[in-house]
Amino acid sequence: MERVQTPEEATSRDGSAAAGDRAAPLLVVDGATKFFGPVKALVDGSITLFAGEAHALLGENGAGKSTLVKILAGVHLADGGHITLDGHPVRFTNPIDAREAGISVIYQEPTLFPDLSIAENIFMGRQPLRSGKRIDRAEMIKRAHEVFVRLGVPLDPNRSARGLSVADQQIVEIAKAISFNAKIIIMDEPTAALTEVEVQRLFDVVATLRAQGAAIMFISHRLEEVFAMCQRVTIMRDGAFVKTAAVEDITIDDIIYSMVGRDIVSLYGDHARTPGVTVLDVEHLTREGVFTDISFSVRAGEIVALAGLVGAGRTEVARGIFGIDKLDAGTVTISGHKLKTGSPLQAMNAGIGFVPEDRRQQGLVMQMAIDRNASLASIGRLSHFGIIRQASERKLASEWAARLQLKFGRFSNPVMTLSGGNQQKVVLAKWLARQPRLLIIDEPTRGIDIGTKAEVHRLLGELVEQGIAVLMISSEMPEVLGVADRILVLHEGRLAAEFGRDEANEALIMRAAAGQMKAGVS
Amino acid sequence: MSVIDRTEAASPVTTSLFIKILKFRELAIVVAILLVFALTYFKNSSFASTASIQQMLSGPAIIIMLAVGETLVIVTRNVDLSVGSVLGLSAYLVGDLFVHYPHMPVVLALLVGLLIGLVCGVVNGVIVAYARVPALVVTLGMLYIIRGIDAIVVNGVQIQPSQIPQSFVNLGSGTILGIPILFLIAAAAVAIVGYVMRTFRPARDLYAIGSNPEAAVLAGVRVPRRVFSAFAISGALAGLGGALWLAEFATVASTAGSGYELNVVAAVVVGGVAIFGGSGTVLGAALGALLLNTIDQALVASRVSSFWNQAVAGMLLLVAIAFDRYVSVRAEKILRVEGAHRGDA
Repeated sequence: MERVQTPEEATSRDGSAAAGDRAAPLLVVDGATKFFGPVKALVDGSITLFAGEAHALLGENGAGKSTLVKILAGVHLADGGHITLDGHPVRFTNPIDAREAGISVIYQEPTLFPDLSIAENIFMGRQPLRSGKRIDRAEMIKRAHEVFVRLGVPLDPNRSARGLSVADQQIVEIAKAISFNAKIIIMDEPTAALTEVEVQRLFDVVATLRAQGAAIMFISHRLEEVFAMCQRVTIMRDGAFVKTAAVEDITIDDIIYSMVGRDIVSLYGDHARTPGVTVLDVEHLTREGVFTDISFSVRAGEIVALAGLVGAGRTEVARGIFGIDKLDAGTVTISGHKLKTGSPLQAMNAGIGFVPEDRRQQGLVMQMAIDRNASLASIGRLSHFGIIRQASERKLASEWAARLQLKFGRFSNPVMTLSGGNQQKVVLAKWLARQPRLLIIDEPTRGIDIGTKAEVHRLLGELVEQGIAVLMISSEMPEVLGVADRILVLHEGRLAAEFGRDEANEALIMRAAAGQMKAGVS
Repeated sequence: MSVIDRTEAASPVTTSLFIKILKFRELAIVVAILLVFALTYFKNSSFASTASIQQMLSGPAIIIMLAVGETLVIVTRNVDLSVGSVLGLSAYLVGDLFVHYPHMPVVLALLVGLLIGLVCGVVNGVIVAYARVPALVVTLGMLYIIRGIDAIVVNGVQIQPSQIPQSFVNLGSGTILGIPILFLIAAAAVAIVGYVMRTFRPARDLYAIGSNPEAAVLAGVRVPRRVFSAFAISGALAGLGGALWLAEFATVASTAGSGYELNVVAAVVVGGVAIFGGSGTVLGAALGALLLNTIDQALVASRVSSFWNQAVAGMLLLVAIAFDRYVSVRAEKILRVEGAHRGDA
């Protein structure tokens, strides 16, 4: 694949001007390539890291970021190109090589041992020893504690890793990296599942690490965070290096342009919709200790967003409406029909579709074929005397694949072979095939690259055009502001505020989410 | 966004609760054993006779031996169903050796048993760890294959007590300071392997593998080698168990040790080793074997129909698994709630 290169980009190949006066680079990857059979995963992986910088690696899903990271982690062996670390050429054949060279990777899905203590998680395979090669537990706990002190995070090294929040799991991963004295710490979408507070804490930790001379490579789809945290960005597209620039010299629009190779006129199109009749009417919904007295409605042809901090009860409200969790009080009415609560089947039959937050665990059967997944919620309609007709299953899948522009190999491939964005489309297809009146969608674009993100948003727009009502839960402020017609803000299980599209802004929503505003005051 | 920036980042999460529960688990089995013992004693005071107590210790000794090896395997999220067959084969071959060489030293006999088991374990280990065939299938296959080999080798000719030298039989029935030798051997195995499992890196790798196999690879754990070792050791201990079986019963038919694998797995699980790997101790497994055997004997002493033995064992198994499930769900919830209080504004 040819690299698109403008003169301006050519000059920034080995770091922008901002890096010119620095010391020698810590890590240089030049033209790394990787093929999986005939598939070119990486044609020109190039990046330069300096000590003390946070450097974002950006690109759509499939741009080759993960492959580049895995080469640096020693998981994949590059087919070509050069890697120099501290001026010496290196080549990692396994994860231990990379680790010993000072490169630590923190994967998107934390890789902890839930049954073992935090200290043992940090030191697995290299526990401090005393005489006779015996593990020195006291020393191990002490060292783990020291790392947490250095990070300024209060975690008990003795407790087991089971039940740690994703944020704390990442802190443990970072502690692990630090305990290796890693010079280069690569974080693959560390903030995808974090709340704002946790993100802030991560930023502080990263600042501490930089001050101690580490280089951080940061992969994220949230560009706001990239600008808040990183000094430089490197952008990849189609497995190849596009450009490196200092954040001062580049705008979000530039980045998006470089990533997708085309202009996205506006990530969130302007739209004025006229909602129709009320589809969902929720009154005084209460689940003890989780949410209290929630009342709102969603009309056909509108997108209503549930905003709020993680833990405010957004997902729980959605689960209550769909009947997954039992309600203690309140009613759910769909197009005039009162739902018996606590029955997802009835909710489905009443025309509710539910796209859960965690598509790997709850939305899809990862090992099952694409078409099977897509037809999973429609099996009743596709079967005849209890026997599923495979042809109709395939037909349904191909219909929706075309409508949602699904990118896939074969229908019989397991759904886990798809990218995150395409997996999300399969989940959508699964519910849309039932022609729902109301679609509840929890974090519609978590972990999805920016191009596909826009596509999911466009799809949601199309759905409401067709008269579907959409209830969306999102932690991403731009998404809430850009996609929703109305925004409901939850704070500690109560409805704190409601905003129309025109009156909402980030500051107002944050205030309401933080409990600084009473309901109705908007 | 300063509004939400009011975390209480000070108080450390002081929760070794989960660890406490795990320790409590072993204590709970000890309490259960004592309870069964006390209740039965009130019904039938001969239950506390020396002979009865000796039987309570020597009875489960072989199962304990096998449970120790099985624990290593189950901790890695695998299972070894071939231990009963391995025991049977080893018992017969060692016995056969005595038939031909009546003056073989006791230690050599034990060593031969161990080696026979090791060979079987190595076969299991190679297929599971390197050829990556699921352990359930491999060891189930081995269960039948070894049992078949056993039947061919035995060929209807049982080992008779008269063919086994007295010095070897003493091992199975003798006592030191009133404690059955069989039990002392099993206890030594528990002590040694238990210590190793806590103290050495390769043993900790086993827990890592069972707890999160992918993470273990990323942490540089040599997964195949460790899984292989677990199976090899399990096989070796089952082989040693076979030699001890010969010492205890002095007679071996081709059915020796049939169905033992399920007793062993039951003991391990009742003893608090998670069936999906990652946690549990050798001591727990041994106590599990002890408890099951004590219940067995208690039922006999209480003149309850032996029909109930297996039902009670099965019930205990379900209780143990339900308890594990309950504890892990509870603990996870408690930890999560604490985390939430810390993480949220």
